[in-house]
Amino acid sequence: MRTRRLSAVATALITALLAAGCGGSGDPEAPAASGPASTAPAGPVTLTYWTWVPNMDKIAAVWNQANPGIKVTVSKQAGGDDASAKFLTAAKAGNPPDLVQAEYQHLPSFVAAGAVADIAAEAGPAKGEFSPGQWGLVTLGTEGAYAIPQDSGPMMLYYRKDLFEKYGIEVPKTWDEYAEAARTVRSKDREVYLGTFSSKDPGAFAGLAQQAGAQWWSISGEAWKVGIDDAATRKVADYWGGLVKEGVIDDMPYFTPEWNKALNDGTLLTWPSAVWGPGVLSANAPKGEGKWAVAPLPQWSAGENVSGFWGGSSTAVAEKSPNRAAAVKFATWLNTDPQALRLLIDEGSVYPASAEGQAAMTEPPAYFSGQPDFWQQVQAISATARGFTFGPNVNVTYNAFKDAFDKALRDRSPFADAVRVMQESTVADMRKSGFQLAP
Amino acid sequence: MRRRGGPVPYLFLTPAVVLFTLFLALPIGYTAYLSLRGTKVTGLGLGKGARREVYVGFANLAAAIGDGELWAGWLRVLGYGAMVLVTMLGLALLFALLLDSAHVRLARFSRIAIFLPYAVPGVAATLLWGFLYLPSLSPAQGPLSALGGEVDLLGAGTVVFSMANVAVWGGVGFNMLVLYTTLRAVPRTYYEAARIDGASELAIALRVKIPILMPAIVLTTVFSLIATIQVFTEPTALRPLTNTISSTWSPLMKVYRDAFITGDLYSAAATSIVIAGIALVVSFGFLRVVRDRAFQER
Repeated sequence: MRTRRLSAVATALITALLAAGCGGSGDPEAPAASGPASTAPAGPVTLTYWTWVPNMDKIAAVWNQANPGIKVTVSKQAGGDDASAKFLTAAKAGNPPDLVQAEYQHLPSFVAAGAVADIAAEAGPAKGEFSPGQWGLVTLGTEGAYAIPQDSGPMMLYYRKDLFEKYGIEVPKTWDEYAEAARTVRSKDREVYLGTFSSKDPGAFAGLAQQAGAQWWSISGEAWKVGIDDAATRKVADYWGGLVKEGVIDDMPYFTPEWNKALNDGTLLTWPSAVWGPGVLSANAPKGEGKWAVAPLPQWSAGENVSGFWGGSSTAVAEKSPNRAAAVKFATWLNTDPQALRLLIDEGSVYPASAEGQAAMTEPPAYFSGQPDFWQQVQAISATARGFTFGPNVNVTYNAFKDAFDKALRDRSPFADAVRVMQESTVADMRKSGFQLAP
Repeated sequence: MRRRGGPVPYLFLTPAVVLFTLFLALPIGYTAYLSLRGTKVTGLGLGKGARREVYVGFANLAAAIGDGELWAGWLRVLGYGAMVLVTMLGLALLFALLLDSAHVRLARFSRIAIFLPYAVPGVAATLLWGFLYLPSLSPAQGPLSALGGEVDLLGAGTVVFSMANVAVWGGVGFNMLVLYTTLRAVPRTYYEAARIDGASELAIALRVKIPILMPAIVLTTVFSLIATIQVFTEPTALRPLTNTISSTWSPLMKVYRDAFITGDLYSAAATSIVIAGIALVVSFGFLRVVRDRAFQER
């Protein structure tokens, strides 16, 4: 009898524990089923926000102080492609955050998966704060609006001013001059490379392809057209492939300990990167403070003046969020209100997408103390940047980039082959899902 | 004297059944269910309701079985596994025998020193080794290049050895401990008898200890075999450092890529089933082959 009672107690305990464990996975503060998403909620609401902007919790604290009715809780994420995968998985599992930082290239995947809400109705007033090109990145060429732009990533050339003088190189104006400079550097010092081609950063390659005029995706009528393997992209790929094969450009990936070391000790002289570069440089190459400068990207033909985008992100609202109106209100404030923009710039080191926010940037980053006109340069470059439409399966394309370019570097095979693999993988994936494809 | 009836046995079983259902049967069933599904998109696939989940039958499973990249992954794992299994278990056996021999000094210290790497989490260990492998950071690079030119420890031909090294380093201690514990449980009188018969220490190790160890060796081999089939941590953590490891280097990495990078849970589920099937066949197959040898006394 005694054992029976004991075991009954044990069973009950375990069952209770299990039940508690299972119930704990849901968000207790978000009611599971609510009415229409746009109804104004009664009483204070709590919003969760996934972002990788540094110090966003401080910015949210300012909002929370002023808006006791809408409390925003920040959950710090690791950025990059993993962040997008994590959000898509959470959305599929049914418990996404209310607000999410979405890189422009991932937004179409979010929309295609039905993970983010069309907030065109609520976000109308914000539209005027952004340039049409910037706003186009969150509408995807439709009538809807799927996010509010936050920051933008025009690309430019970061270079070591002091070492350029030491090796007697001019800042390259064209890619031909860049290649020539790469050879010069190699001939003067075998330890030093002018630059490196990273097979791990599809975003950088996409930006360079944009500069060359590529259109990886486009919409014609009710069908997608995939043009990754186009002449412009092949030109960019062949250019870098040739330099790597020649041995004048290194092939170590960006953001590795090795790369950090090379940036820091002056054995890597340039980095074609985006406007968020200063944060990366100051964190990883502290010895280079004051020695780096920016210039426009080299051009494909002399006299041209174009750039591309690497990264840049927006604030989107989850389709499943029960507090859509409140979430849009916060997202609008965060990316258009002068006080919030100031905070984004000062605390978050963000280069804001809003025109007003960009105009507010005057003091150069501390790391670029040697270049007082840093932001004027950036603004001029930003005006020349052109992007392209991103497709609904960028994650597949980007993964194919990493594998195919890894292989091209390993086997010393032509980069154009890797571009073809990207095209084929992307099309195969879209075909499998049933997307309408233009011939 | 069997007694039947009464709810007590079932009550005792309940926790196990509940746990089994929740954490084993349900996930497996759900994986099987997912593997039969897929997404269907209409038109541009943008906007609400453009994407539906549909039944696709065995299409995902057929695609997984027909995927050349998956089998290439198995081949890579086979080469890697052969190296890891032989080296790791060989070293574990050697260390266990050495520690158990009568003349060894500092046995306790050596035991802990060999076991310690097992306590380091796999990801941390791989990252540590990764930094040691990186050409510009590696302290080994100086002596290596002095010996015979540049050796890229993360190069296409060498990366698999570098990976195997991490696994061996982390696994020897655990397997050694299993074997060593088995040895300690053996009555000392066996060895005395052997010594009286004139056997040397080496003969005792080969003729007495290894036969006694056979069941434990089989056990550690099966464990290591299963761990090798599931190799994921080492290649995944080393991947950002080199261009010689693809996102589908091992079968499990392909599952991860499908599920969490390209967002195709259904293909990932189908591939998981194929992997689980192969793991079952391999481990049971191995047990079948060695059963008679290892457990003959039973």
